[in-house]
Amino acid sequence: MGQSECFRPKTVEEVISLLSEYGEKAEIIAGGTDSLVRMKKGDTPPDLFINIGEIQELNYIQYDDKDGLRIGAGTPIRSIVNSSLIKERFDILSHAAGTLGTPTIRRQATIGGNLCNAAPSADMAPSLIVLGAQLKINGSEGQKSMSVEGFFTGPGQTRLNRNEILTEIHIPNPMPRSRAVYLKQTRSQGADLAIVGVAAMVVTDGEVIKDVKICLGAVAPTPVRAKKAEEILKGKKPDDDLLEACSGAALLESSPIDDVRSSAAYREKLIKVLVKRAIKKVTESEE
Amino acid sequence: MSKQEIVLNVNGVDYELKVNVTATLADVLREEIGLTGTKIMCNEGECGACTVLINGTPVLSCMMLAIEAEGKEILTIEGMADPDTGELHPIQKAFAERSGMQCGVCTPGMILTAKALIDENPDPTEGEVREALSGNLCRCGNYQRITECVLIAAENLNKRSAK
Repeated sequence: MGQSECFRPKTVEEVISLLSEYGEKAEIIAGGTDSLVRMKKGDTPPDLFINIGEIQELNYIQYDDKDGLRIGAGTPIRSIVNSSLIKERFDILSHAAGTLGTPTIRRQATIGGNLCNAAPSADMAPSLIVLGAQLKINGSEGQKSMSVEGFFTGPGQTRLNRNEILTEIHIPNPMPRSRAVYLKQTRSQGADLAIVGVAAMVVTDGEVIKDVKICLGAVAPTPVRAKKAEEILKGKKPDDDLLEACSGAALLESSPIDDVRSSAAYREKLIKVLVKRAIKKVTESEE
Repeated sequence: MSKQEIVLNVNGVDYELKVNVTATLADVLREEIGLTGTKIMCNEGECGACTVLINGTPVLSCMMLAIEAEGKEILTIEGMADPDTGELHPIQKAFAERSGMQCGVCTPGMILTAKALIDENPDPTEGEVREALSGNLCRCGNYQRITECVLIAAENLNKRSAK
């Protein structure tokens, strides 16, 4: 350690030219709450840190009635928790952000960092996936867009190329009569990574589920959609038998492992419980 | 080894330093400047013991590169007492008088996190204190008294500013 250099660019454009120049030798660092842990655990530090913490154009929360919600990748998690706009219109995101880390971590950590670090347990991912969020990615070849769902390729791995930077998360307005929830099971009530996280979004027509998305966190190499479980629910009125079938299907779409937080066997039980609980929560009457 | 020259402003004093780019602020405070009041326990952002205030807001100094703190005002536990008289800050007093610490390792982080809370919210509820300190682990399990100390300190600070 100690050979590294650190640049603190002020614009996205500068970041892209640094990335193009240094390629694999450079690493973007935002809040540092994941990258510094990795480094301390033995990862070789990059030759060049590109600290994006001071780039103002990456720190924003914008809302438009037609366009939906746009969050700059460098926005601290705490700003998402504190946004009354997000609380009102995208409560699931507000809640998910509030479960991430500790109050101090939430000041340092950013939404873009949570996604780019690509932990299978990343708290923001399942909720963004069920909301159909899109990512804006800038690079030397211009700008492109990609779904959050398609972004992850493995633990710590994403489709982001070495010369690219995630700049924005775009969340479309929720469908009318839709509700969404994120349930996270941890070892203790305090700050912890998820043993299992489940996000669910339903669009209902009376008591019938018209559309549904379910995403599981911390139970596969990446956050995963439980599409077969979704199919079981579509067009139906949820009851105990249907929820049992749906949660069973969700389990088959996961591949949980044993780790320091939980055994795979416990995760399997939790997936079924949380999927049922999530669907109940978003379909039961609000009174 | 390539080192970077930086100036860190800690507790109102400028320190000219040569540090590794990969050195954390916690390490530089303790090893280079010699301010060992800032504690390192988990060294991975789980426990809050290394909390310092940067421009008034709590930051985990083990989760921040020292070079990132340049140009900012850093407050550590050593800077809490009155610099002229040495009189303890009301939060420190409350901890000392009402046994807010047992082994003491979490105490600097607790006190600095509490300061940021009270600065922002001078009259916090017990729930708000618990929430604000939820990222600071006390391995002695002294949470009840720590919470009380922060509430009493807030009350004392309000009385003082009312005078």
